[in-house]
Amino acid sequence: MTIATQSEAITRVGEQAKTVKRIGIPKELYPNEARVAATPETAEKLHKLGFEVLVESGAGIAANFSDESYQKINAQILPNAESLWNSADIILKVRAPLEDELEKMPEGKTLISFIWPAQNPELLNALGAKKATVIAMDSVPRISRAQKLDALSSMANIAGYRAVIEAAENFGRFFTGQITAAGKVPPAKVLIIGAGVAGLAALGTAKNLGAIVRAFDTRPVVKEQVESLGGEFLELVFAEDGTGEGGYAKTMSKEFIEAEMALFAAQAKEVDIIITTALIPGKPAPKLITEAMVSSMKAGSVIVDLASEQGGNCELTKPGEIYKYNDVTIVGLTDLPSRMASQSSQLYGTNLWHLLKDMGGAENYRVDLEDEVIRGATVLHEGEIIWPAPKVSNPSPTPVKPAAVVHGAPEKTPKKANPWLVPLLVIGPLLLVGLYAPASFLSHFTVFVLACFVGWQVIWNVKPALHTPLMSVTNAISGIIIIGGMLQISGPLNSPITILGAIAILIGTINISGGFLVTQRMLKMFQRD
Amino acid sequence: MTSNLLTVAYIAASILFILSLAGLSNQESARMGNVYGILGMVVAFVATAASSVVTGYTTLLGAILPAVVIGAFLASRVAMTSMPELVAILHSFVGLAAVLVGVANYLGDSSLVGVEETIHKLEIYIGVFIGAVTFTGSIVAFGKLRAIISSKPLMLPGRHLLNIGLLLGSIYLAFSYMQSEGTGGLKPLLIMAVLAGILGVHLVAAIGGADMPVVISMLNSYSGWAAAAAGFMLSNDLLIVTGALVGSSGAILSIIMCKAMNRSFISVILGGFGQGTSSSQSSAQQPQGEVNPIDAQATAELLYSAKNVIITPGYGMAVAQAQHPVSEITKLLRDNGVKVRFGIHPVAGRLPGHMNVLLAEAKVPYDIVLEMDEINEDFGETDVVLVIGANDTVNPSALEDPGSPIAGMPVLEVWHAGQVVVMKRGMSSGYAGVDNPLFYKENTRMLFGDAKKNVDAILVSLRENSPALAR
Repeated sequence: MTIATQSEAITRVGEQAKTVKRIGIPKELYPNEARVAATPETAEKLHKLGFEVLVESGAGIAANFSDESYQKINAQILPNAESLWNSADIILKVRAPLEDELEKMPEGKTLISFIWPAQNPELLNALGAKKATVIAMDSVPRISRAQKLDALSSMANIAGYRAVIEAAENFGRFFTGQITAAGKVPPAKVLIIGAGVAGLAALGTAKNLGAIVRAFDTRPVVKEQVESLGGEFLELVFAEDGTGEGGYAKTMSKEFIEAEMALFAAQAKEVDIIITTALIPGKPAPKLITEAMVSSMKAGSVIVDLASEQGGNCELTKPGEIYKYNDVTIVGLTDLPSRMASQSSQLYGTNLWHLLKDMGGAENYRVDLEDEVIRGATVLHEGEIIWPAPKVSNPSPTPVKPAAVVHGAPEKTPKKANPWLVPLLVIGPLLLVGLYAPASFLSHFTVFVLACFVGWQVIWNVKPALHTPLMSVTNAISGIIIIGGMLQISGPLNSPITILGAIAILIGTINISGGFLVTQRMLKMFQRD
Repeated sequence: MTSNLLTVAYIAASILFILSLAGLSNQESARMGNVYGILGMVVAFVATAASSVVTGYTTLLGAILPAVVIGAFLASRVAMTSMPELVAILHSFVGLAAVLVGVANYLGDSSLVGVEETIHKLEIYIGVFIGAVTFTGSIVAFGKLRAIISSKPLMLPGRHLLNIGLLLGSIYLAFSYMQSEGTGGLKPLLIMAVLAGILGVHLVAAIGGADMPVVISMLNSYSGWAAAAAGFMLSNDLLIVTGALVGSSGAILSIIMCKAMNRSFISVILGGFGQGTSSSQSSAQQPQGEVNPIDAQATAELLYSAKNVIITPGYGMAVAQAQHPVSEITKLLRDNGVKVRFGIHPVAGRLPGHMNVLLAEAKVPYDIVLEMDEINEDFGETDVVLVIGANDTVNPSALEDPGSPIAGMPVLEVWHAGQVVVMKRGMSSGYAGVDNPLFYKENTRMLFGDAKKNVDAILVSLRENSPALAR
């Protein structure tokens, strides 16, 4: 295909909006696949977006969702896959369609599922022949806006959790350290290689079970995340950043890999469980755990290789199998999310719902190729292969975090006041007062200055929590001004002096009684636990 | 009573007042402190009444009795959310009393001559000036807090010139006042009182609603200085001591409030903050990311699945009157073994320490209500932070964006927690007019709507789901 026709196709299809009504949920045919693309809960949400939901009979059984539970939320149950593929406009699936399914697929449908276009070029051609529009959930760009429809992260999260559960099943000891009457149990030590979504989920789970968890990653940026989950971040003294495009890892230099392997070899002798999650997009999984390292591990140790579908991080991993090599159990299962089908269906279904909502719901449904997220995920449009999407300028997966917190940086440099200014300001007036003021004034002035100092010292000790009572009590005390009024009311009743004095007493007393009483009322409320 | 006895009684009263303020250093001794204050007042009053100077007992009783009743009535009826208003109006009373005492004193005959007379007249002049500024300033503050007057800062053109003009006018009048004989200076004195009154109105009108804690503290301080000035003119040491105590108390509170906002006292007093003039500077750093809403039920789920919760209330909680359901949520969560604490920013509310009083009124135990400095380090180990009606006091750009108008202001660092739920009416910016990047953080969820309704909904949801109650 030439570039010209491609861009032409994009502008043409970008303009038209179709009204699509029916969503079909077929049963997954892939062996041992228990997940389903919509749970009753997400189907109901789709229904609320205006879609009619069709479900193949038995589609949710493996994930514990019965046909009745779908019927309850007004989904229509169709007896077999053929009728479903024919009557639905949009097919939601988990796995990429198998050959059987492709044959059944009528022309011009929309398919949303995992596709892995890089690994499956024949599939793309076959789908192209069916004039299909295909959105690959694995190709959703990793930008912050698209996080809610990032199905890879959803599944990785589950895989990470399940990896720890599988490890626990094959590990003959506690994770948490205990001191029992029968003796002391040391905590299990877990090493996690690759602190992506799956690695972090595994870290959190293992930590919650009580294990000591260490994690390694070539990307130094994840250190903080590892530590925030209570893990220990293993570092190489090596200045190389492994952060590649889209926040994924990239291949490292030879020297780095050597240092890394030495670290793993040292760790392998020490830890009980290794969980590997290292993947580099579009490449076979890097081999990080050698046969020698496995042999050096303690008897009863477990390795869970989450990269086994891409060939495995461990040389000895057999994809899809759990087996013992000498005394070390190596778990190479490739269907971890499927082993928690209810949970993974729920999360995947919600990712799909977010996608369809962003595409306009049933009313305004359209494949908007101007939209960065939709464009990135769409691999075929009406039979034309438009994958891979052109590079987008913003490859960072995490929202641009405001640069590291600069504590105190904004603090203004205090203006250096002339050190002589303050003494001068104090001494000057004092000198003037001393020179000219009469003795009677000076004695009052002494009292005043001393009282200010006493007040200054006492008030700093007041708890901030009591600042409001402090204000009301000072309010009451400043009502002492009535004394000034009292000294002036002893003249004739009709003299202005007496009247002014009396009014001063009146309002000053309101202050006194009001201030003290409200303080009392407030202080009573402060109760200790 | 002889004048020596009177002096001794005044010394006793001064000591009791100092003990009263010292008692407020913690909650246990605070009630005793208030009692000391009352005792001091009674001693001062009885001693003065028994002195030879006072003979007009009918007038005295006629003025005092109704005042005690009015004061008691006000104190027993005021809602805790209206405390700032009460404090403001009480300040205005002190200011007015200082003016009245000053004028009455001027009219009364004085046997002083020479320098002493000059000083005495100056004391009256200054006392009336401070009293008048306090009086009208407090009235405007009261009006703003009551929402009778718009709480937006009043921005007159050339307002600084106006203030300086009023001040110069007052000084100019002082000359004709000082030169007049007998009571001939009454006219300039009263004109000056009016000018000072206008100055008070204008000063406070130019200050916005959220700067009220500073304004109230400042007026508190002024009312103290007014009493001290009255003490000087009457040669009464008790008034001087009390006035100085109150004056420095208000000054300290103002300093604390200003520090909490990282602003200088002068800039607050000059007013006009938060008018959007400065927000354009920070537009370069627009918050990135997406606002994630949440509903009350999900918030409740978050709360009861957490181990460690901190609630940071702001003025919005007081406005919505949400403190009572918040207290119940706290109790329910604590009964369920969740560690709940409160983090209070010094300038939360409209009065120093206002939030503490509101929470105390709602029966939140005061030992879980902590100050910003006590709790800021703990946010990292907190699962859920609930921000209720606070905005600028939890704004990360104060620390992260040197161009922000609130840069350098100490804030509650809630974003270090696992999840932050912000309860807010809408996306509007806070008092400072600064956009809040907190709302766009990945671990932030926004719960929009009226705080009271949302808190009630959370409470209902918690009750339904609470495992402890189901047991």
